[in-house]
Amino acid sequence: MVAATLEAVGISKRYEAVRALDDAHFAAYPGSVVALVGDNGAGKSTLVKAISGAAPAGEGVILFEGQPVSMRQPADATSLGIATVFQDLALCDNLDVVANLYLGRARTRGIGRLIGWRDETAMEIHANELLTSLAVSIPSVRTPVGSLSGGQRQSVAIARALLASPKLVILDEPTAALGVSQTRQVLDLVTRLKDNGLAVVLISHNLGDVFSVADRIEVLRLGKNNGSFITKETTPADVVAAITGATDDKIAQYLASAERKHNAPAGGPERNPQ
Amino acid sequence: MTTSPSPDPRLIATGNNVRSYAQSWGRRVRHGQLGVLPVVLGLIVIAVVFQTANPNFLTPLNLTNLTLQVAATGTISVGIFLVLLLGEVDLSVGSISGVCAAVLGVLVVNQGFGTAAAILTAVAVGIAIGLFQSLFIARLGVPAFVVTLAGLIAWQGLQLYILGGQGTINLPTGGITELTSTFLSPAVWWSLVAAIIVINLAVQLNERRQRRNAGLPARSLVQIALRQTLLISILAAAGIVLSQDRGVPLALVIFTGFVVIVGIVMTRTRYGQSVYAVGGNSEAARRAGMKVQLIRTSVFVIAGMFAAIGGILAASRLFAVSQSSGSGDVLLNAIAAVVIGGTSLFGGRGTAYSALLGTLVIGSISNGMDLLGLNSSIKLMITGGVLLAAVTLDTLARRGRQA
Ligand SMILES: Nc1ncnc2c1ncn2[C@@H]1O[C@H](COP(=O)(O)OP(=O)(O)OP(=O)(O)O)[C@@H](O)[C@H]1O
Ligand SMILES: [Mg+2]
Repeated sequence: MVAATLEAVGISKRYEAVRALDDAHFAAYPGSVVALVGDNGAGKSTLVKAISGAAPAGEGVILFEGQPVSMRQPADATSLGIATVFQDLALCDNLDVVANLYLGRARTRGIGRLIGWRDETAMEIHANELLTSLAVSIPSVRTPVGSLSGGQRQSVAIARALLASPKLVILDEPTAALGVSQTRQVLDLVTRLKDNGLAVVLISHNLGDVFSVADRIEVLRLGKNNGSFITKETTPADVVAAITGATDDKIAQYLASAERKHNAPAGGPERNPQ
Repeated sequence: MTTSPSPDPRLIATGNNVRSYAQSWGRRVRHGQLGVLPVVLGLIVIAVVFQTANPNFLTPLNLTNLTLQVAATGTISVGIFLVLLLGEVDLSVGSISGVCAAVLGVLVVNQGFGTAAAILTAVAVGIAIGLFQSLFIARLGVPAFVVTLAGLIAWQGLQLYILGGQGTINLPTGGITELTSTFLSPAVWWSLVAAIIVINLAVQLNERRQRRNAGLPARSLVQIALRQTLLISILAAAGIVLSQDRGVPLALVIFTGFVVIVGIVMTRTRYGQSVYAVGGNSEAARRAGMKVQLIRTSVFVIAGMFAAIGGILAASRLFAVSQSSGSGDVLLNAIAAVVIGGTSLFGGRGTAYSALLGTLVIGSISNGMDLLGLNSSIKLMITGGVLLAAVTLDTLARRGRQA
């Protein structure tokens, strides 16, 4: 098996009274899409923030390409080649599209470098190319992001993640605000990234989307891993069961019936608890 | 993947002639993107009103006095502009200007320091105070409002302590006082204007060439010509009018020079954009890898520096440093000026020119009412009313933007 691009083990994170993540583990492989699913509040975004350095986890080990790394701040992740589209997008509404795409890494050129003089022409050319290649329709890259539609904003956030030529792309509900054709574009993009050998993490509540692009599906439930599936070998019903905790109930049923069996050895033929 | 982006059909195209610029400008104004328009209109109204009431208002002598009066507070407001961009406020700048003026006075008069050494030390004190305060604000996360309120009180105490029993220190003529009593000869002023125009034109044409070569939308020659004409008119008018008195005051050049430099840094450099980013969405800036603490620290340090320079200019104009230097309406005028100039109190929006234009509004109201011999009670009420009107206009404009 290929080595994991990123592997996270034993990740725990608590917010005051909430155990948002409890000994969670997770891995992403090159040329493969892993979907992270779970109900609202399951801890998906918390895991993403731990991996991307936006909100470091309290406990746990993160390995990047086999090496243990410490994710103390966002720059640690970006310098390794991890690009993240956060659920809240993390855009500056008062700045234009170009500025948001290049947030924190504006280009400079020649002696302008000394004083940080921005090379707006180069950035604008590249911004146009990038947005065109993603089939994003934005009237002008000089529009402040605050005046774009929700879907356009999401597209800008996705485009920004790709700007740095990352090795691992994490998309936290990237299609939540997108229309039908834009969702298609993003899913195609996910497939293209995977074909280019990147590791992709996709978080989505839409199992149709998940089943159409993901190779593996990891389920989080109440901050814990609650099932890991190979997409080809499973059905949406199984995944839903893992998300909602129906499997917990089955285990409970099983234990209950085992107990019954123990207490009543003279019982008739048992129904298979599965 | 290689096709150039086809323009969105909904995008309203702007043609390359004066009429369509006027149209697109009118559209922006109707949609609440007022920019500096209200404050420029306000200045015109102020000029007309006071000139009607007292024909001495628009005389070269009075306009020269006006620029000398506003240079100090205006310089302080340049720092306030940066602080407001972060969505913060700095209440200590008046007191910092007073402390630094006191340091200056003591060094020059009691310690026999040279002019340059005294100025540099006073500015360094302003920077150090800004740095001290920013440790609490940026590192420890204490709200800037409270930290600088404490500063407002404490630095005023320090000022009294430094002045000691003397109360007032009179500055010798020459040296420091020359900052506000030097006037540019016409030759110097017109050379400066020529240099500004040439550099500005070269930059604009170069940018236009680069963008056209790259196939990006660029300013047309008509647009560039219009802008240059406007710039030349303003500079020429200033030169012609002020030269009829003693010439263009050095203090005005210093103040506007700071405004222009800060304006360029803020719009063109990575640093400037990072301040806008932190003011717009500091969490997004942090996640993008920006050093948010450092950026916030730097802004309060710069505000301290400009407060010190403002204090020095004020001392220079009054030939003295006293216990009341930097107190009174200095702080409130500096903040009000930037807000009147159109910088948002909520962070992330505004231009450095708001410090210049807003300062002129406040300064000319104050100056005009002095000319009319009005009581300071009326002055305060009118200034308050203008501030309220400016903020209301900004709020309504923002509503127009969102609607
Ligand atoms: N900053 C925070 N402070 C306190 N609690 C938090 C914080 N962020 C998340 N939590 C809690 O942690 C838990 C996991 O939240 P998280 O955002 O990771 O869920 P999620 O799986 O991404 O859900 P969704 O599908 O709604 O995006 C929730 O119970 C949430 O209330
Ligand atoms: Mg989430």
